[in-house]
Amino acid sequence: MKVAVITFPGSNCDDDVVHAVTAVLECDVAKIWHLDSLGERKDLIVLPGGFSYGDYLRSGAMAARSPIMKEVREHVRKGGLLLGICNGFQVLTEAGLLPGVLLANRRPGFICRPCTIRVERTDTPFTGAFTEGQVVNFPIAHSEGRYYLPSSDLDVIESEGRVLFRYCSFSGTTGDEFNPNGAAHHIAGLLSKERNILGLMPHPERTSEAILGCDDGALFWKSIRSWVERR
Amino acid sequence: MDYVKAGLRREEYEKIRSALEREPSDCELRVMGVMWSEHCCYKSTKPLLRLFPTEGDAVAQGPGENAGVVDIGGGWGAAFKVESHNHPSAVAPYQGAATGVGGIIRDILAMGARPVASMDGLCFGAPEEAKTKRLAQGIVAGIGGYGNAVGVATVGGKTLYDEAYNGNPLVNAFSLGLVRLDAMASSAVARPGQKVLLLGSATGRDGIAGAAFASAELGDDEKASRPQIQIGDPFEEKLLIEACLDLHEAGLIVSMQDMGAAGITSSSSEIAAKSGVAIELDLDAVPLREADMEAWEILLSESQERMLLIVLPEKVEEVLRRAARWGLGCAVIGDVVEGDRWVTRKNGTVVASLPASLIGEGCPEIHWPSKEPGDLERRWSFEPEDMEMPRDWAAETKRLLASPNLAGKSWIHESYDTMVRLGTIAGPGGPVSVIRVRENGHLLSLAMETDPWKTALDPYRGGTETVARALRTLAVSGARPLGLTDCLNYPSPEKPEQFWELEQSVRGMADSCRALACPVVSGNVSLYNETSRNRILPTPLVVAVGLIDDPSGLLLSGRWQKGDRLFLTGTVAASLAGSQYQILRLGQGRGRPLDLSFEAEREFIEKALATARAGLAHSGRPLAGGGLAVALAKEAARSNLGAIVSLPLPTRADILLYGEGGPRALYSVPLERVEAFLEIWNGFPLTEIGVTGGIALHVQGHFSLSLGEIDRALGR
Repeated sequence: MKVAVITFPGSNCDDDVVHAVTAVLECDVAKIWHLDSLGERKDLIVLPGGFSYGDYLRSGAMAARSPIMKEVREHVRKGGLLLGICNGFQVLTEAGLLPGVLLANRRPGFICRPCTIRVERTDTPFTGAFTEGQVVNFPIAHSEGRYYLPSSDLDVIESEGRVLFRYCSFSGTTGDEFNPNGAAHHIAGLLSKERNILGLMPHPERTSEAILGCDDGALFWKSIRSWVERR
Repeated sequence: MDYVKAGLRREEYEKIRSALEREPSDCELRVMGVMWSEHCCYKSTKPLLRLFPTEGDAVAQGPGENAGVVDIGGGWGAAFKVESHNHPSAVAPYQGAATGVGGIIRDILAMGARPVASMDGLCFGAPEEAKTKRLAQGIVAGIGGYGNAVGVATVGGKTLYDEAYNGNPLVNAFSLGLVRLDAMASSAVARPGQKVLLLGSATGRDGIAGAAFASAELGDDEKASRPQIQIGDPFEEKLLIEACLDLHEAGLIVSMQDMGAAGITSSSSEIAAKSGVAIELDLDAVPLREADMEAWEILLSESQERMLLIVLPEKVEEVLRRAARWGLGCAVIGDVVEGDRWVTRKNGTVVASLPASLIGEGCPEIHWPSKEPGDLERRWSFEPEDMEMPRDWAAETKRLLASPNLAGKSWIHESYDTMVRLGTIAGPGGPVSVIRVRENGHLLSLAMETDPWKTALDPYRGGTETVARALRTLAVSGARPLGLTDCLNYPSPEKPEQFWELEQSVRGMADSCRALACPVVSGNVSLYNETSRNRILPTPLVVAVGLIDDPSGLLLSGRWQKGDRLFLTGTVAASLAGSQYQILRLGQGRGRPLDLSFEAEREFIEKALATARAGLAHSGRPLAGGGLAVALAKEAARSNLGAIVSLPLPTRADILLYGEGGPRALYSVPLERVEAFLEIWNGFPLTEIGVTGGIALHVQGHFSLSLGEIDRALGR
């Protein structure tokens, strides 16, 4: 499997994704500076977390217009997988690759802590190794993670089954008290219509090794590999 | 400009004049006024700092460079340092704290190390004061705003409250980075013929002469100090980190220096002096934010996110190319030449020409008079009988747990990115922070400690206890101490009683470091922490760094398992002097803290290390603020498990439950390992005090608290 992680100026989880994917899958991961070219065809492109361009404009807005995004769009048009984590999710909505917007957390301010989310379906490129309804711990670290979409559009993405992860309790129930940022419909992870793009607010790379206290994230990367290998 | 206005003392001015054999120019006076400020040259504390042991097997770089470095095995070193940003944070809490984080990260970077973990020691005023709230919120937001964006995990810290910090909060920023020992950068290797480059932000009027501001008491009119505040840009800093490491790894730079206090002046003159060369700077080549800046403003600007680079002439082009690729400004601003001069020109005219060695090292030391305070007897006169015994132990314990110094601080921790870089094994909230070093497979334990209350009562004993507590904390986690860094926060040294306190506490720390074989590899001094209304408690803060070779030898706290036996190692009865219980009851510390036995400390450290390495306990917690009762409650809360505890009563129950000081720890040991545990602790005071289980902490004859009550008290 060929993976590329794109570094925008101010990205700071790029090395983490490279490390987690390498540690779990033992495959080659290319770290690509936003001014460079993607090079050979990739199976998965990751837009990592961080503060691209300092997030001084709207989060992700500058990176969404970076030259490399042209190649990224070409990659997804051909059916390649694209994953945006945290700031990467913000880049995806700013680039129009996913609908909606990520607003300031319901209670304003940065929040970093372990976070339980529920896997809504397993017939996707990103979740084949999980079981439906499984609760996993992917930590969060963001100030702007409140997913917003007008309610009529929410109905559409729900009917299309595009909500892949929801914030929930340890036992899998959803509710405002288990939703760390006030996201609509408790959305933590959202698929594109074609299901090859995933925007994910929590960080699977932060729980991909047992030494970090939890390796739920490892299943996420393994899911992607199985899907790529089956194709 | 006369020398007094420049901030110089008469003897300092005389020394400059005689070294120059002429009257110094205005620009030179201003430069020297800042470079010879307390903040830059430690003139009041140099003789005291020499008391610290600085050598040890693990020391790869002691004090004198941008940061100390210890050998952590496998060819790798940990570069670390703690530095104060107190005065700026008092005036502009968000920016003051943010730039404190940025500054210490660049110090680590200047060693050629990648910064991977930060910690912060924060002392705030009385929690009920409205101003405390504003300062605390601003400072915490500043640390998070900068640290989160720059991508260095905040893995721990310490936060305490006392009215002595009203209007004068302390912000001590610590950072640690990893560097290959054979690739450590040094500021002593510049040679004639090389070029001086400035990388990063353009130079503006922000923070001009901030170092001088940090060397005087805070004025009542804080608005007047605003121009001395720097503004941080973590985005620029992130690029600066990546660019510097890129240039360093590619062998493109000879040396680099962080531009902190006194900006271009201190960074360039320091390289010149340490390398034994002269540096000539062309101020017209410095990229400016405002075109009309005077020479002295350019020289003393503390604009953030700038590094000074020394580069071979043939590599300049490649450095400029790479800087542009990282999106950073970079300009050649001078040359390294033969001699001992530091020469700066503007519009082709020399504006300052000083001996490089004079600037950084030439300042005459000041030996302030020291006088033992007359009220020691009164401070120390305390009998437990002076305090009424609590009638309701459950209520008293809950009150302690809910007190601002002991309660949970998740509102702070959760606003920091504690996990970025995937190194955090134990983050904030526990006694010790632990990071993994992927480069060599080992773990590092970091322990930040300060105890201003005991230090205020007896500076010497407070100093010994502060260092010892950090080393006990490391040992309980299974980490062998490699070295420590210290930040000495004190009020003005110009009052003899206050200087005595500074002197005595440094002696205590130094004796502890020497006796417990932990060298001091870096540090910082912040004096004049007082206003017209208030002065801070003497607050020496340390961060000790220890190594765990084999990750399986790590022992953390808050990991009780059902049926574990609970042991208290160390003396049962400690002291109420300066304890959190006493502060809460009396509003101040009274009495004399314990005199440490270094012999007992050494024994404790060895036994604690053996316990962790052999995996004999599920959980271990050194006793600190709030004593045994608080340790039990915090262990229960974090383990989500109760216990039944019964205590021997050789003394008053409050001393037993809430007393502090000395080498003591609480261990939970699985039944099958009790025998081996007892064997290791043979010869050391040890008491079996209970067994874990249930959903309440039941201390027989004293109190019973449900886990829910404990959580609520701690604010979890």
